[in-house]
Amino acid sequence: MASIQAAHTANPLIQIEDLCKSYSLQGADGKTITNQVLFSINLTINQGEFVAIMGHSGSGKSTLMNILGCLDTPTSGSYWLAGKNVAALSGDELAHIRNQSIGFVFQGFNLLKRMTALDNVATPLLYAGIGRSQSRKRALELLRRTGLESFAMHQPNQLSGGQQQRVAISRALINEPPLILADEPTGNLDTQTSREIMLLFEQLNRDQGITIVLVTHEDDIAAYAKRLIRLKDGHIILDQHNKASETILDQAAAGNSPMTQ
Amino acid sequence: MNLLTIIGEALRALRQNRLRTGLTMLGMIIGVAAVVLMLSIGQGARTKINETIAAMGSNLFLVVPGATSSGGFSFGSGSVRTLTINDAYAVAELSSISATAPVTTGTVQLNYAAKNWSTIITGTTPNYFAVGNWKIESGTIFTESDLRSAARVVVLGSVTAKNLFGDEDPVGKTIRITNRPFLVVGVLMAKGQSLTGRDQDDNVLIPITTSERQITGNQFPGSIRYMMVQGKSAGDMDIAEIEITQLLRQRHRIAKGKENDFTVRNLTAIADVATDAAKVMSIVLGAIASVSLLVGGIGIMNIMLVSVTERTREIGIRMAIGANRRAILTQFLLEAMMICIMGGVIGLLVGIGGAWVVSRVADMLIVITVGMVGLAFLFSSAVGIFFGFYPAKKAASLKPVDALRYE
Ligand SMILES: Nc1ncnc2c1ncn2[C@@H]1O[C@H](COP(=O)(O)OP(=O)(O)O)[C@@H](O)[C@H]1O
Ligand SMILES: [Mg+2]
Repeated sequence: MASIQAAHTANPLIQIEDLCKSYSLQGADGKTITNQVLFSINLTINQGEFVAIMGHSGSGKSTLMNILGCLDTPTSGSYWLAGKNVAALSGDELAHIRNQSIGFVFQGFNLLKRMTALDNVATPLLYAGIGRSQSRKRALELLRRTGLESFAMHQPNQLSGGQQQRVAISRALINEPPLILADEPTGNLDTQTSREIMLLFEQLNRDQGITIVLVTHEDDIAAYAKRLIRLKDGHIILDQHNKASETILDQAAAGNSPMTQ
Repeated sequence: MNLLTIIGEALRALRQNRLRTGLTMLGMIIGVAAVVLMLSIGQGARTKINETIAAMGSNLFLVVPGATSSGGFSFGSGSVRTLTINDAYAVAELSSISATAPVTTGTVQLNYAAKNWSTIITGTTPNYFAVGNWKIESGTIFTESDLRSAARVVVLGSVTAKNLFGDEDPVGKTIRITNRPFLVVGVLMAKGQSLTGRDQDDNVLIPITTSERQITGNQFPGSIRYMMVQGKSAGDMDIAEIEITQLLRQRHRIAKGKENDFTVRNLTAIADVATDAAKVMSIVLGAIASVSLLVGGIGIMNIMLVSVTERTREIGIRMAIGANRRAILTQFLLEAMMICIMGGVIGLLVGIGGAWVVSRVADMLIVITVGMVGLAFLFSSAVGIFFGFYPAKKAASLKPVDALRYE
């Protein structure tokens, strides 16, 4: 299968060593309390992988994802993204990486309000220095591929949750990044819509070789991924090949294409 | 991201948040319009008073018969006739005085062709025109020889001339004053209202000799209604006042310890009072304007602060999809500046429009200076840009994750 081949290219996209993250909080007695959330995380994710990160609420999944997405910085340890040491990068360089190399999909969609789906999808291109009319053309093309062409001029509050998430995914894809990070992308969606979104991710991974790291606490969502990582209290307690994915993919092969929904 | 795209992004954000944009602009409009309106009224009043004072003539005293109300009894200035033409001539000889003009007045009926007009007549000497800073519109003033010969010549005030002659040139024409023919030799330039609000241009002036003998008549020959006295220098007004008083007491044979039978008024001092009053008015209007400006500023501040949460998240999202600090700051700065400039321009137009309406309705002089426009603009812009830009600056310095999480 094509998906297995992608996982075998063994080219590290993400490499994390001894990564720790702690927050300092002001305690009730006025003293500073240090709350460590991630403990010595070591993790390598190769290009073309489809990874699900699971764990209970509060186990540090989002914290890890935000660091992977260059939205947050670790307290200690190193993070190499596509061979670059992220800690050594300037703010502008990080912005450039978020723009070009990473597509972030949030649980709450995080679309810009009062802006059409089309403009939401096109905005990363503007920050990449591409003119508005060309940006819109490409955004429309992506919306077509995610089946939202007829909703291009709708604003987020005029779209359903599933549609909003697809707009968000289109936005994450527009600069053709090698990496998609999705933090509970189906957390606000019903089962049927979740399935469609997951098939979309699966297809992106399989057909375009896009690396996908996805956080979920639902087993049937994690089942789409080919590798499963389990976090508990800031430690990786499990990291294995996901057998469940093969079953799911067999079902998908039965003819459910998310692109035609 | 190039500047043009950022401008487009800022403009779009303004359009997308019409209510916020509108309310913020309203703050600017109120602030700028109020300042322009208030200050222009204040400035107009000051300008008007200064013009009136300048038209009045400089270093002036007005000497009127009768004591400065004392002992509970005051002579009505019309009933006492203690000042004479010769008093005026004598005062003119004083070293601190440059000229004097004795004045008699009365009300007369004028006729020209079929037109009638009733007005005040002033009998005086040719010095009157220079002392009172009167300028001639056409023709000439009457002369010393007219004075000596008690000639029937008249100089018309501009309003009187207009009323009798319309568009016709009065110079050289003959009018009738209480049925006696007088030759019009000149027409005065308009002065407008006096400090007390009297129309100074509705009058006719003839030699005092002619007036006494032929028009007003005189129970007390040589007596006058008042005299205008012009001091030589502004610095010596106090000395001049003492000299006038001493001379008149001597001429009127007033014993030591008795009070004056005349009153010397320093018109320059009165003018100073008027100037001060206008200054106070400007300050009061300025204060009102400042309050409006402040209220407008607080309005801007509120709207901007209320939208901070939403905008901080927006900034977080923009950073997450690749906006760098500069792109965000530029966009927010541009947004704030556009609101300020648009609001300021509208406020300016509203203020000027309001000033125009006030000048029409209240018949007031309105003066708009670049300074006041600049002040209003600068203050409102400072408020708008500070409160529009400061949250953006703060948000842009956050880590994207913190901006996204901002509540
Ligand atoms: N900004 C923060 N400040 C302090 N503590 C935080 C912050 N963000 C997360 N945490 C803490 O870190 C832990 C892990 O949070 P998170 O990564 O969001 O968990 P998950 O996504 O797995 O539910 C939680 O205990 C949470 O309270
Ligand atoms: Mg989470």
